[in-house]
Amino acid sequence: MMGGRSSSPRRRLTERLLLAPYSLWAVVFIVVPLAFIAYYALTDNNFSFTLENITRFFTATSTITAENGQSQEVRTYLLIFARSLKLAVISTVVCLLIGYPMAYIISRAGPRAQKTMITLIMIPMWMNFLIRTYAWMTILQDTGILNGFLGLLRLPGLHIIGTESAVVVGMVYDYLPYMIMPIYSVMAKMDLRLEEASHDLVCNRLQTLWRVILPLSMPGVISGVTMVLIPSISTFYISQKLGNGRFFLIGDAIEGQYVANNLHFAAAIALIMMIALLAAMALMKHFTDRAFQGGE
Amino acid sequence: MKRSSRIYTILIFVFLFAPIAILLVFSFNEAKSLSVFSGFSLKWYQELFRDSDTLRSVQNTLVLALSASLISTVMGTAAAVGIHRLRSKYARAALDTVTNIPMINPDIITGISLMLMFVFIGSRLGMAASLSFWTMLIAHVTFCLPYVILQVLPKLQQMDPSLPEAAMDLGCTPTQAFFRATLPEIMPGVITGLIMAFTLSLDDFVISYFTAGNGFQTLPIRIYGMTKKTVTPKMYALATIIFFTILLLLLLSNFADRDDEKQKRKK
Repeated sequence: MMGGRSSSPRRRLTERLLLAPYSLWAVVFIVVPLAFIAYYALTDNNFSFTLENITRFFTATSTITAENGQSQEVRTYLLIFARSLKLAVISTVVCLLIGYPMAYIISRAGPRAQKTMITLIMIPMWMNFLIRTYAWMTILQDTGILNGFLGLLRLPGLHIIGTESAVVVGMVYDYLPYMIMPIYSVMAKMDLRLEEASHDLVCNRLQTLWRVILPLSMPGVISGVTMVLIPSISTFYISQKLGNGRFFLIGDAIEGQYVANNLHFAAAIALIMMIALLAAMALMKHFTDRAFQGGE
Repeated sequence: MKRSSRIYTILIFVFLFAPIAILLVFSFNEAKSLSVFSGFSLKWYQELFRDSDTLRSVQNTLVLALSASLISTVMGTAAAVGIHRLRSKYARAALDTVTNIPMINPDIITGISLMLMFVFIGSRLGMAASLSFWTMLIAHVTFCLPYVILQVLPKLQQMDPSLPEAAMDLGCTPTQAFFRATLPEIMPGVITGLIMAFTLSLDDFVISYFTAGNGFQTLPIRIYGMTKKTVTPKMYALATIIFFTILLLLLLSNFADRDDEKQKRKK
């Protein structure tokens, strides 16, 4: 029997039969559900068209009382959105600053040491993140393990739990491996001779880092930044536990509306977050493309 | 390694393993406290094995992860072969874009979008509860599929295309050629895809949270419910068991790798 290349209609048929289940699945369970977010966001409880959910996001206000007793009227969801963005950006920058040197050290170690260190970095990722985050709560509590340790060293205790710093610690802890892994895989493939050549051409170590290693590792940095930024902007558990529920993030807002069965408003928040993320990624791509062209 | 690098590495690993060390230690705590250690005891392990709800959620998680990873591996491998053979540039670009969506989108968006669709269809059909084991299975297969395709596709591209052709010249039907020539070549990718799908499904909380019905509880959802109230060291005992299971699996796969390398060297 002749199959394969020689009989093109037959080939096209097998192609279709192989792709049909996945294509159907992808349309029904990936594309259509996204349309449902837009549909719910733009309708009311009777499924008639409204912009109310969207305008509510931008205009809803609430009163917050500052520590000095002054109360202030704020735009609730814009404030939550700004806070999510701020904490996610801080966490991403911290992950990059901590993770970049780590990725470099691993990539320049011996093959066996590399494998061991990569496995060690991945082990925490396989453990339930809810329990790990909870364990951080017991470490950072005012009467927790960290302060007990500081007390032994006769150092003053720290009040971390329930602050924005605690939320950042939790995010950095949970997402650091996502930053290290892509940067490491780019650096491991880098030609070591480039570094040597740069040293030979009287570049000092800082110049080598800035002019050779950094530009070459840029693809890894970009995917690391995306992989940390996206989950940290949309998380809803870390802030509830480590922020004592005082720092509502955009993910908490969506979850709260879901629990309260306000599905249409939950969809509206999700839609706005999705559009903001797409815009941010397009912007990032634009700037990195330009930076690369400028460097050449 | 230089001394400064070594100190830095140690600090990072202390940071990464501090909470794990804490839960290992406190799972053996005699008292209920999660921050003051008062004595060694195995009582939380005994309590864990008496907690039938938690044990059932472990079983549910395994059943779900096994079904989701098997379905997504079969469907994803077929899809990868189909995508690999695709000639049309536009069809390929469209499929690549759709495949990327669940990986780029935050989990909360994937979860909410599927939940809205299930709830909508459920209410139109007049169902009392629209979310169940099946909606969760659909959600898990959906977020596992892209990872399987991404593992299998590169193996197909590395494969010598004359291999299945030679099989067919030797009298195989296309189906036989696939199972006897193509599949063994791409097997490492298929297995990595299966393992990735299995672990992703096992560990998923966010998407499960939005698509789970009342009747079917997985372990991450049960843990979420438990952390809303006061947590006892029982949960840490569970985490400790999970940790050592992972460690054992890693050691086994490491030995398997080494045997593999030895055999390759002998050849």
